[in-house]
Amino acid sequence: MFAEFLQYLISGVTVGAIYGLVGLGFSIIYNSSQVINFAQGEFVMIGGMATVSLLAAGIPMPLAMLGAVAIATIIGMAIEKLCIEPSRNAPVVTLIIITIGASIFLRGMAEVIWDRNFHSLTPISGDTPINIGGAMLLPQSIWIVGSLVVVVIALWYFFNRTLMGKAMLATSYNRLAAQLVGIRVRNILLLSFVLSSALGAFAGILIAPIAMTYSTVGVMLGLKGFSAAIVGGLGNPMGAIVGGLIVGIAEAMTAGYISSAYKDAVAFIIILGVLFFMPNGLFGRKVVEKV
Amino acid sequence: MLKKIIKTAAIIIVATLGCAGLATTVANADEPIKIGTFLSVTGGASFLGDPELKTMQMFIEDLNARGGVLNRQIELIHYDTKGKAEEAGTFVKRLISQDKVDIIVGGSTSGNTMSVIKLIQKAEMPFISLAGAGVIINPVKKWVFKTPHTDRGAVEKIFVDMKSRGLTKVGMLSGSGGFGKSCQKNANALAGGAGIEILADEKHGKGDTDMTPQITKIKNTAGVQTFLYCGFGATTSIVAKNVKQLGLNVPHYQTHGSASMKFVKGADGAAEGVRLPAAALLVADQLADSHPQKAITTAYKAAYESRYNDSISTFGGHAYDGLLIATQAMERAGSTDKAAVRDEIEKTNNLIGVDGIFSMSADDHLGLDKNSFVMVEVKNGGWKLIH
Repeated sequence: MFAEFLQYLISGVTVGAIYGLVGLGFSIIYNSSQVINFAQGEFVMIGGMATVSLLAAGIPMPLAMLGAVAIATIIGMAIEKLCIEPSRNAPVVTLIIITIGASIFLRGMAEVIWDRNFHSLTPISGDTPINIGGAMLLPQSIWIVGSLVVVVIALWYFFNRTLMGKAMLATSYNRLAAQLVGIRVRNILLLSFVLSSALGAFAGILIAPIAMTYSTVGVMLGLKGFSAAIVGGLGNPMGAIVGGLIVGIAEAMTAGYISSAYKDAVAFIIILGVLFFMPNGLFGRKVVEKV
Repeated sequence: MLKKIIKTAAIIIVATLGCAGLATTVANADEPIKIGTFLSVTGGASFLGDPELKTMQMFIEDLNARGGVLNRQIELIHYDTKGKAEEAGTFVKRLISQDKVDIIVGGSTSGNTMSVIKLIQKAEMPFISLAGAGVIINPVKKWVFKTPHTDRGAVEKIFVDMKSRGLTKVGMLSGSGGFGKSCQKNANALAGGAGIEILADEKHGKGDTDMTPQITKIKNTAGVQTFLYCGFGATTSIVAKNVKQLGLNVPHYQTHGSASMKFVKGADGAAEGVRLPAAALLVADQLADSHPQKAITTAYKAAYESRYNDSISTFGGHAYDGLLIATQAMERAGSTDKAAVRDEIEKTNNLIGVDGIFSMSADDHLGLDKNSFVMVEVKNGGWKLIH
C-alpha cells in the first residue's frame, strides 16, 4: 500500500521537476518582458535532439550536453534579436503570437535538420532501478531532482547576490525606473532568453532517457510547463517549480488512485481552482494598477 | 434556307463534339494518371507518413521506368497533413476538385482517414487508406478500402499466442489516440470469446512521458499473468522502459503499432522479450523460402534500404500495398474510370502484397485476416520470428 503511494510520488516528483524546469523558463522571460514565450517547449526539444545528433557524431556525452545547451542558447538569442527586439514596441499579445510562430518554425526546422523519429538517450548513470520501500526509483530521476535543486540554488544566488540578477529583478518590478537608474533593459531581455533557452535545453536532455525526444516533444511539455508557471504564479521562479511539482504529483496520484482516464483533467482542474481563488497563482505578485 | 442553316449548324456541332472527343482521348493517352495522396509526413505521426511517402515515390518511379500503367505514366500528387484531421479534409477536397485525381491512396492516421470518408463517399472517389483502425472499413463503405491490418486482427493474434502459452489473465494499458482506443475496445470485445480475462484496463494521455502510475496499478492487480500495451509512437518505448523499471516480470505484448526498429532502439534494451504481431516484412530474411511473401518482402526491403539508407518499417509496406492494389485494379479495369476501378479493387483476389495476401470482397474491404500476421519477439535488439 505504502510502496504504491511511494511509486506514484516518485513518478509525480520526477515529471513535476521537469514541468518546473520548463515553467522556470516561462517565468524568467515573463519577468523581463511580460511576454509568454510559447517557444519554450521547443528549447526542450532542441536540447534533446541536439544531444542525440552530437552523440551520433561521436562527441562524448558531457561535451554533447554542453554543445546542445549552447545550440539552444544561440537559437534563443536569435529569436530575441530577430523576432522580439525588432517588434519591441508592439503590444504584448503581438509578441506572444510571434513566439507561437517561432515555435512552429523551430519544430519544422527540427524535422528538416534532424528527423521525424523518436530517439532515446542513455541514462547518465545506468538504468538499474533502486528499490526504496518497494517502490522503484530510476537513477535518472535522482539526476533530474538533483539538477532541479542545483538550478534553484544557482538561480537564487543569481537573483539575490549578483548585480546582473538584481538588475533583472529590478527590470521586472519597474521597467522605466530600472532604465532610469542605468540598467540596459534591452540586454536584460536578451539575458532572459539566454537563461530560459539554456534551462529548457537542460530539461530536454535530462528527460530524454525517460520520455524519449522527438520533434514534437516540446508541445505537451511546453503546455505542462506553462501550467506549472501559472499555478505557481507567473513571474515567480520558485512558484514555477512548486507549481510543476503540484501538477506532476496530482497527475500521478489521479492516474494511480482514481482513473488514468481523468489524469489530465485533474491537472487542469487544479489550475482552474488556483486561478479561481488566487488569480495571480500561489506565489504571484499582486498587480496593483493605479487609476 | 432554314433547313440548310440547321444542317450546317448540326454538322458544325457534330464536328466540334467529335474533335473535342478526339482531343480528350488523345490527351488521356499522353496525360499521366494522377494518384493523389495526403500523408502525415511532418508532425506527431511523421514516423508513419515519412516511410509511406518515400515508398510511394520509389514505387511510382520504378513503375514509370517500366512503362507505367495502361501505357500511361503516373503522377503522384502529395499534400502533408501534419497529422491534423482538419487539414486532411482541405487537402482531399483539393485533390478531388482541383487536381482531379483518378484515385486517392493515403491517410496515415485513423483520425485523418475518418475525417475524409464523408467527402470521399460523396465524390465517389476510390480511396485506399493506410491507417490501422477497424472502423475505417467496418461497416463497409462503398468507396473506402484499406491495406494495414486492423487492430482487431492484431488483438486476435495476440490472444491466440497468449492462450498457447497458458496466459489468460491480462493487464492492459492503452493510449488515448484513435488506434489505442480502438484496440482497447476490440480487446474488451474479443476477450470473452477468446477465453481471456482483462483484469486491469488502464489508459494514458497523449504526449505522456511517464506511465509508471498506471503500470504500478497493473502490477498490484492480483492474478495478472501477462501485460498488453495498445498504442504507437514514442510511448511504446516509454512503456517498455517503465515495465522494466517497475520489475513487472510477466510476458509483455505490444501491437503492430510497435513494429518498428525505433521502438527497440528507443527502449534501449528494455524491449527484449516483448512479443508483437507484425507483417511478414519485418522478418523477411527469416521467412522460409516457400513462404509466399518471401520474394516480395525481400525485394521491397532491399530496394527501400539501399535507396534511403534507413531501416524498413511496416508502415511503408502499407503504402506499397495500397499502390499495388490500385495500379493492378486499373490494369484490370482497362481504364481509370472511377466506378470500374472501384469494382476491380473489390475483386482483388489472392494478391500477394507486403502486408499479406489480399482477398477482398463486397463485405471485406481489407482482405487480410489474423493469419497475415506473424508473431515476432524482440531478441538481441532485433526481431525473431516465432513459429
